[in-house]
Amino acid sequence: MDTGSITVTDSPLLRYTLRRADDALILGHRLSEWCGHAPMMEEDMALSNMALDLIGQARSLYAYAAEVEAVGRDEDAYAYLRDVTAYGNVLLVEQPNGDFARTIVRQYLYSAFIDVYWRRLMASTDATLSAIAAKAEKESAYHLRHSAEWVIRLGDGTPESHLRAQGALVDLWAFTGEMFTVDASERALVDRGIAVDADALRDEWRATVTRVVAQATLTLPADGWMQQGGRDGRHSEHLGHLLSELQFMQRSYPGASW
Amino acid sequence: MAGPTTPLWEVFIRSRTGLAHKHVGSLHAADATLAVQAARDLYTRRGEGNSVWVVPSSAITASDPSDKHMMFDPADSKVYRHPTFYDVPDDVGHM
Repeated sequence: MDTGSITVTDSPLLRYTLRRADDALILGHRLSEWCGHAPMMEEDMALSNMALDLIGQARSLYAYAAEVEAVGRDEDAYAYLRDVTAYGNVLLVEQPNGDFARTIVRQYLYSAFIDVYWRRLMASTDATLSAIAAKAEKESAYHLRHSAEWVIRLGDGTPESHLRAQGALVDLWAFTGEMFTVDASERALVDRGIAVDADALRDEWRATVTRVVAQATLTLPADGWMQQGGRDGRHSEHLGHLLSELQFMQRSYPGASW
Repeated sequence: MAGPTTPLWEVFIRSRTGLAHKHVGSLHAADATLAVQAARDLYTRRGEGNSVWVVPSSAITASDPSDKHMMFDPADSKVYRHPTFYDVPDDVGHM
């Protein structure tokens, strides 16, 4: 039946591309949830702009995934017709928005990672991934700057904003380790110069985060247990709810367009 | 959230290199850095510009609307100030 989920062909390059696309789509969707709800109009626009950047990145990556899989699917099929266990995004990006501080801290922790990631991917031997990275990096550089400015102002703002920013940092910290994982299928792509070795980005990410956290008068949490599983489809309970909203229309009215 | 902690800023955008910055609107922001970012997010989404200025609205000194007859009406009758009485040779082209 048409509303059924698709099963994606298993290949390292396809899995790799979909994981990057899923990160962008899910975080973009999360940010889009702020549309009309942000604390001020200016920030409503800023969050929506970032959401659109991320969804644009996801589209490019899904379109490339369709090209790689070459079974006649389009980008929408990957976004709308895969079940939660087929999504390979990191757990960090699916975490609920919470308050403004939580959204900003999540955005900052991710942007500090993905900006350097895109910069490395620009050197990929895969011409399409390299081109997507070059475009995405300009966007993520702004996301990083914008979220960093807010982290500093929230942390070094009022006692209330400091408390909320610190709470978000502590709660989200356990989700940061997963960004740097590289499994065997990705390792093979790294060896061929196609993928980025995320594991090698830890120090640079940590240096960026440490600097801003210090300026924000926040305290860097200790590295404890790190949550994992998102890359392999084992998600928190939040992603299913997100997808039910994101996919509802195509599941209920297959092929609907307007 | 707009209030004493987020004052008003006037935004100026330069649409192309070589042109002047033009006033496009205003916004609320906590400080100059965030005002520039908000201006980028609000006023350059459709490729409107390549440079942004923000100025605290409180820094602007404006003419008093009740003075407008005194200030501006006298210029209405001075048509000779418009340089429309010159014959421009064709070779000069568009001026």
